[in-house]
Amino acid sequence: MMTRQLGYVVRLARKNMWRHRLRTLLTIAGIAVAIVSFGLLRTVVDSWYAGAELSSSGRLITRSEASLSFSLPVTHGERIRRLPGVEGVTWANWFGGIYIDEKHFFPQFAVDAASYFKLYPEFRLPPEQLAAFLRDRRGAIVGRKTAAKNGWKIGDQVPLKGTIYPGSWSFTIRGIYTGADDKVDESQFLLHWSYINEAIKAVLPSMADRVGVFVVNIQQPGQAAAMSAGIDSLFRNSLAETRTETQKAFQLGFIAMVDTILVAIQTVAYVVILIIMAVMANTMAMAARERMREYATLKALGFSDRFVAALILGESLSIALAGGLLGIALSFPLAEGFFRATRDLFLVFEITPSTIAQQLISALLIGAVAALAPAWNSRRIAIVDGLRAVT
Amino acid sequence: MSTGLSLSYVARNLIARKLTTILTASGMALVVFVFATVLMMAEGLRQTLGGTGLPSNVVIIRQGSQTEVQSTLSREQANLIATLPGLASDAAGQARLSREVLVLVNLPRKDGSGMANVVVRGTTPVGLQLRPQAKLVAGRLFRPGSSEIVVGSGMARGKIGLALGDTLSFGLRAWTVVGIFDAGHSGFDSEIWGDSGQMLQAFRRGAYSSMVVGLRDTASYGRFAEALAQQPSLKVDIKRENRFYADQSEKLADFISILGKTITVIFSIGAIIGAMITMYASVANRTREIGTLRALGFRRGNIVMAFLKEAMLLGLVAGVIGLLLASLTQMVEISTTNVQTFSEVVFGLVLTPDIVLDVLLFSILMGVLGGVLPALRASRLEIVDALRSS
Repeated sequence: MMTRQLGYVVRLARKNMWRHRLRTLLTIAGIAVAIVSFGLLRTVVDSWYAGAELSSSGRLITRSEASLSFSLPVTHGERIRRLPGVEGVTWANWFGGIYIDEKHFFPQFAVDAASYFKLYPEFRLPPEQLAAFLRDRRGAIVGRKTAAKNGWKIGDQVPLKGTIYPGSWSFTIRGIYTGADDKVDESQFLLHWSYINEAIKAVLPSMADRVGVFVVNIQQPGQAAAMSAGIDSLFRNSLAETRTETQKAFQLGFIAMVDTILVAIQTVAYVVILIIMAVMANTMAMAARERMREYATLKALGFSDRFVAALILGESLSIALAGGLLGIALSFPLAEGFFRATRDLFLVFEITPSTIAQQLISALLIGAVAALAPAWNSRRIAIVDGLRAVT
Repeated sequence: MSTGLSLSYVARNLIARKLTTILTASGMALVVFVFATVLMMAEGLRQTLGGTGLPSNVVIIRQGSQTEVQSTLSREQANLIATLPGLASDAAGQARLSREVLVLVNLPRKDGSGMANVVVRGTTPVGLQLRPQAKLVAGRLFRPGSSEIVVGSGMARGKIGLALGDTLSFGLRAWTVVGIFDAGHSGFDSEIWGDSGQMLQAFRRGAYSSMVVGLRDTASYGRFAEALAQQPSLKVDIKRENRFYADQSEKLADFISILGKTITVIFSIGAIIGAMITMYASVANRTREIGTLRALGFRRGNIVMAFLKEAMLLGLVAGVIGLLLASLTQMVEISTTNVQTFSEVVFGLVLTPDIVLDVLLFSILMGVLGGVLPALRASRLEIVDALRSS
């Protein structure tokens, strides 16, 4: 008996759904747009955090206690290296030069050439290119992505205008690194710290022998907290106090700076669901109002209130689900296009299973909420009033 | 005189279908709300940083360094600049200039969302005179030669939440907050000010970050710039103070408005579809009524206009609701990192007449786009068929 009724509901709901073909199609399109944008916005937020999730937990970053705009003396490196449990130390300075103009931005670091690539094994560089870089003090190693974007090849000259280190600089590309997997940042431009240091000694001696961050490799990643505290205590109450944290925490710190924007994107993602809820609720309200007489007829024939409510809910859920599935299907090509259009912004841009689940749940929620008011009304209305209703 | 259908006819059509009108208008109002807040946010940021500084002051930084934090100026450079013409002088005949030190200091945000990079500015009594817009609202000024600081009102409110009597430790010293100043919602409100000489000592720096000089009048900028250009050994960049800070808001403001407008465009598709559904239903429900109107002598054009007006009115209602909601957000203050200077900036959302106009036009346009197809369908109905329909 129950199954037979259920069969009726499904068939009737399906028929009802296509009575106003244009309206239903428009509604499905509206829901699909909402689900796509919800998915994209969620993916933008996820991808922002993705970079930090991927970094090795065995690496610590040591920087000045006051803030990143302060540098540390390079001699700190030797003292950190002597600490038991430390496997390797290298360092980097933000160079911040301008190539052509500010729109051609890519991150540039002055690094300790000899040790840097040992600590970053995920930067794959052919040995002969590394050797060529080590030989040429004015050489540079560039990531595959930045090289491709600017059309550079090995041997090209790259002129940079210094912002932190004044003057005009020119570097020769000696190698192009690739990431061990597609989650490695392939946009960096690496040059010799020792070269910059010597050049700056002549003009601005106060900036010489200074380091922005130390990268410390530790033997046991589980000891990260204790090692960080150990490094910081070495320099407590000195002129250059330090703050050490895991690379992941360091990167999350950067993300926290723009968290207001991320919160705004999250909020907006939920607002879009609300918008489409109003649109969908409207569609269902209109459909139900037009069919008040039919519903009264069904009730007069002996069908229960629940049957009529199920009919409305079934129609609403079917439309919402159709829109939701279409939206999820469209998300993938759109995310691909979005990623290609903003290549420099994100390392990875993947729709996660949890995003898909949220999209599906949102679609069903939209359908359920939209059916609430009409279903409630249909239960309340007396048969005579329904039969008499003017649409 | 107009022979079209009256506006009250149009309005009453909307009122007749209350639930549908409310649902459609609220969907559109949410889109309008998002659009308006984005514009207000970008405007608030522009006004905050653009309203920082005076056109009669000039900021001098090292060539190519772009921000005050990255810049360094030696004592020799500073002394040479002091001798250039075009500068205002005080009663004692000294040029009005302030040698300043700028550093970024990490302070924790109160809501636990990590650390903020706050600008700490070492300034001088002349530097304070050059910024008359910064007025003390609590406590007193820092004493020159002491480890005292005054904080901007943006740092006293909101996420950083500094109060009188707090001590901050940086540069191996404890600094006491002795005053809070307000600079009329400008970028200075997000800064901490102390004594320039003390900052140099605390951070063991041999050079200043930047220099701020007062011009004799706004017009003498050209003379000063020319005199500076004749000293090629100086290697500095200059900008009027207000321009200098306005330029620093550009990237973040652009980012906010591009992201916001993209989102708005996508959302408005949803809202337009909503309006379209409503208007199609409105046409379908009134087929006979339309036939009657035509039989009475109203032309196709009159019918199109009536439905278009209905859609526009729907958009307008949504626009007004959205704007009212958005105007409430003016109470919100945002504290985030300016990507260009890497430092914390506090700003509010600002509603301007221009934004009101843009938003209303946008919401009416949404209504029109949603209404145009249904209106055309209504006008194409044949009188006889329309009258015969049930």
